Amino acid sequence: MSDIIDILLSANFWAAALRIATPLIFGVIGALICERAGVLNLGIEGIFTAGAMAGWMAVWLGAGLWGGVLVAALAGGFFGLIHAILTVPLGLSQHVSGIGVTLFATSLSYFIYRTALPDVSSPPRIEAFKPLDIPGLSDLPFIGPALFQQTPLTFFALALVIGTAYVLYRTPLGLAIQAVGDNPSAVESQGLSVYGLRIGAVVGGSAIMALGGAFLTMSAFDAFFFGMVNGRGWICIALTVFASWRPGKALIGALLFGAFDAFQVRLQTEVGSFVPGQVFLMMPYLLSIAALVVVARRADYPRALLVPYFRGQR
Amino acid sequence: MIRFEPRGPVSLPRMIGVSVAAAVVALVLAAIPMLFAGLSVFGAYGLMVKGAFGSLFAFTEMLTRASPLILTGLAAAVAFRAKLWNIGAEGQLYAGALAAVAVGTGWVSGPSYVLIPAVVLAGALAGGLVMLGPTLLKTRLGVDEVVTTLLLNFVTILFVQMMLEGPMKDPMGMGWPQSEPILDEAALPKLMDRMRIHFGLIIALLSSLAVYFLLKRTVWGFEIRAVGENAAAARHAGIPVTATFVRVGLLSGALAGLAGVGEVAGLKGYLTADLSPGFGYSGIVVAMLAGLSPIGVVFAALFIASIFVGADSMSRATGVSNYLADLIVAMALLCVLVSGLFLRFRIRFVGAPAAKEAAE
Amino acid sequence: MTEPTRDTALVLKLEGITKRFGALTANDGITLDLRKGEILALLGENGAGKTTLMNILFGHYVADEGRVMVSDGAKGVRELEPGSPHAALEAGIGMVHQHFTLAENLSALDNILLGTERLASVRSARAPARQKLQDLMKRSGLTVNLDMRVSQLSVGEKQRVEILKALYRDARVLVLDEPTAVLTPQESDTLFAILKKLSAEGLGIIFISHKLAEVIASSHRVAVLRGGAKVADLATADCDRRQLAELMVGHAISETAREPGTPGATLFSLNTVSAGSGRDALRDVTLDLKSGEILGIAGVSGNGQTMLARVISGLEPLKAGEMQLDGKALAASDARSMIDMGFARIPEDRHHDGIVGAMSVSENLAIEAIRKPENQRFGLLRFADMASRAKEMIKAYDIRCQSEDSPARLLSGGNIQKIVLARTLETEPRVVLAAQPSRGLDVGATSEVHRRLLDARARGAGVILISEDLDELMRLSDRIAVIHRGELSSADPAETLDRGTLGLRMAGHSTEDAA
Repeated sequence: MSDIIDILLSANFWAAALRIATPLIFGVIGALICERAGVLNLGIEGIFTAGAMAGWMAVWLGAGLWGGVLVAALAGGFFGLIHAILTVPLGLSQHVSGIGVTLFATSLSYFIYRTALPDVSSPPRIEAFKPLDIPGLSDLPFIGPALFQQTPLTFFALALVIGTAYVLYRTPLGLAIQAVGDNPSAVESQGLSVYGLRIGAVVGGSAIMALGGAFLTMSAFDAFFFGMVNGRGWICIALTVFASWRPGKALIGALLFGAFDAFQVRLQTEVGSFVPGQVFLMMPYLLSIAALVVVARRADYPRALLVPYFRGQR
Repeated sequence: MIRFEPRGPVSLPRMIGVSVAAAVVALVLAAIPMLFAGLSVFGAYGLMVKGAFGSLFAFTEMLTRASPLILTGLAAAVAFRAKLWNIGAEGQLYAGALAAVAVGTGWVSGPSYVLIPAVVLAGALAGGLVMLGPTLLKTRLGVDEVVTTLLLNFVTILFVQMMLEGPMKDPMGMGWPQSEPILDEAALPKLMDRMRIHFGLIIALLSSLAVYFLLKRTVWGFEIRAVGENAAAARHAGIPVTATFVRVGLLSGALAGLAGVGEVAGLKGYLTADLSPGFGYSGIVVAMLAGLSPIGVVFAALFIASIFVGADSMSRATGVSNYLADLIVAMALLCVLVSGLFLRFRIRFVGAPAAKEAAE
Repeated sequence: MTEPTRDTALVLKLEGITKRFGALTANDGITLDLRKGEILALLGENGAGKTTLMNILFGHYVADEGRVMVSDGAKGVRELEPGSPHAALEAGIGMVHQHFTLAENLSALDNILLGTERLASVRSARAPARQKLQDLMKRSGLTVNLDMRVSQLSVGEKQRVEILKALYRDARVLVLDEPTAVLTPQESDTLFAILKKLSAEGLGIIFISHKLAEVIASSHRVAVLRGGAKVADLATADCDRRQLAELMVGHAISETAREPGTPGATLFSLNTVSAGSGRDALRDVTLDLKSGEILGIAGVSGNGQTMLARVISGLEPLKAGEMQLDGKALAASDARSMIDMGFARIPEDRHHDGIVGAMSVSENLAIEAIRKPENQRFGLLRFADMASRAKEMIKAYDIRCQSEDSPARLLSGGNIQKIVLARTLETEPRVVLAAQPSRGLDVGATSEVHRRLLDARARGAGVILISEDLDELMRLSDRIAVIHRGELSSADPAETLDRGTLGLRMAGHSTEDAA
């Protein structure tokens, strides 16, 4: 028992939780923006992979780290645009299109990686983001050490949560996005473009998702591996429901998730000898399902989610 | 300006035409990554055709690859018909394979006519049970099945790994995480000497006919179609919507489980955690290419299988990554999705009204 | 009413508008004009092309031929860019759709502001907007709580938000599509009083309606559409109800009405039933239905009639109370059991709940009885029998379709309703639940529906008719009860009721208040 409390009180533990949470924050914020506009984006898993590969490869080819981040976002936006065109003006199944985008983005990333690096035995490494030492912040007790171990991308993710919340609740654009996910004809009857808003939200949301992938290859690790996304995208879709499509709750959800994951990794070192490792590896997925079940009854889905809009049709 | 005008009933030739067109467009688009990888497009396709159809061995290899794809394709098709989004065929396939190995490696013994049905049934049951969870979560609690089935893929595969490194590990496996081999009596018979093609193909073809018959001719099939096309109206008309979802979930999972049975009991002979190169996900493409038709699934699976087998062979000859196959398959899915518009709508390109005014 | 003189400035002119959907000509060369301060009623029955015309005006559709001219302040008139709601709004045209176009997850204020600010603005300027709206509300009498989420507002309040949306943008033309469909008679009177006030201030108003009374009472001029063409354009003062009715339908109308009947014993009853939650919940509803009578349920939409229909259809579990058939409590009340006990259920949203559009007419006719022996044997469908029965029903109910194999979605609304009538009434049900059975249907289809309901009554069935159309209720019902906020009044004989009394009850006033 005291072991558990020790874990929970250590700054290292919270640093790990925040690190695990970072890609999820990007993913959930991205998914939330798409879904608030009424489009489920199951392309997220592939967009993570594309962001991870593109960002890493840009840096490996000589771009700066922030250049890599930009390339990752552009890659995400590209796949988001495909999903947006298929689901918004063409009104095709968001489920199938999303799966298609995931398969496409994943296979294209793998193919490009393999074609660019046909015969490397171990994945080449880049100089990844370093932890950021912000004077003043790092000196804070407890929080300081937890934050001190984070790279700039984590701070970027935290800023993004605040920025998204502000845009969504305080600006005309955010209100329009909320409206288009609730009742597109409300938007059209006020002279705004339903397609424009939805396509924009999906492209923007996808670009943000891709940063979650970029974090993996440019911050958490320094190389690209096949299968490294490993379901994180799907977990984000579950967390988005858990977060009731709110940026603040998205942050809390991702942190809780990170904490659980960090905790079970530490628990594993304690009891790992008599519990198979796979049990721990299953935890994130089971946890996501549990999160969905917990909120299922009161989940307040955006009313127009999954419903295509055709002009003049009411 | 583009205008969509709804069409009347869809004719069979048009349905087939649309799917073939989508496949062709995907193959044409694949020229771009081929050129990027420095391949000659015609040369590469030549190698792929040869790799999938060039010899009896190549052809039987393609059929062998098609068997699990038919089954996962059927799993997706029957579920999607009811708008039950089972994206978990990959996990259900592993569950089926695990059950087949559990039953077929000595846990029960007996002659072939007992063991083979036992193995097949166990696999189907296991696949169905894995899908039962998400189905019940959907019908009872309203939990979206897309995410739960996707997540369960990871859980199931980890569970298989755990079993293969633990209780089901082959003591003679030189430390590799693999199961004991399936007993000869439990193995599906080969269809041809010196070829790998096995009875799993027959199971797949029979399943396709059975699903066709179910959907077309039976009350259950009627109810599945009604629920899938308009669940609210089906419920209003007194159709047992929840029971229908449960039936569909069990059937869909069972079909995916059968794919796993074929792979271990027909092809590999033992279970490893890399049994499936994504058959579950490719099944979605197969189902969509087939327009969710159970008979169409067979042809779509043959197409996808030839891409995979052909690309493997092309990859060996040229050194270009066989991820090209996955890329073509993914593009085929996106293409067939778009081409589906031509089924439901007559698409007219009309001049912008302003331009028309100016012309007058 | 005083009519604006002919030389008042033109604010809007539609010239030769034609719109085709496939083989259907929804609008056929319609020309129409509107002057400053004028209230124009656009009269026509369902399917006459009124809504299509207004959707073209507002840019939701593009006309195949013709153009829309709008006044441009001092500069005279100019052509409105087709197909752009944005351009229509810019030109000062505001539209209140029949189905409200409001985002329920935003406040009334944010809904009004939507689209009026640059999307790139870093902050939504709510304070000055609130000021302007307070003035507008004071001037027009359209009061609403601006900070409340739209999902919390009543139907009448939502309509006020819709009108405020237009006024906030300084509309010169206001179009309202069937504005009174969702209001009580009293609320309708208030609305028209406000519209008159607004028109006196110079606003040009077009309201779409098929209700003769309000057209005559509240418009300066009336344009009648029939079959997509304009058949009359008259000063309202010069025409009477009968003349308008004939113009609208194209022939003299013979309205279906019931003969006096002798209701039998109590057949079906609800005892203190509660169900659902939120706005549409039912609270302690008690109702008894006799055989051989039509029991009308009046009410403003959103007061629980949908839930009442769902309960009787077997789609909603009861939270309290019970349902009785022949004095015995129902053992089960799921959809299947209700059908098997002899309930015919005609859903209010026939496209959504009535048919499976992708399935054939024949399959839709068999769907409620698909497990009955006539449709299956050993779980196998009996197609030939299904088809021959479908052919008979298609004939008996005059369902217009290419064949029994055509997908049901290709049929018109009236024919879809006939499918529902055929499959539910063919089994000679004991209880018929008809929820908004004539909504959206033309006169022919409506009288067919009424005839079928009266036939069922004559046969001895009990009919529950839920409707928002008071004329329909008064003509068909033996007794009428009113539903308000989920509570059902006692049912009184139709002869003892008039529109005023019903209207007050629909607004929640008790009988004593009305007296």
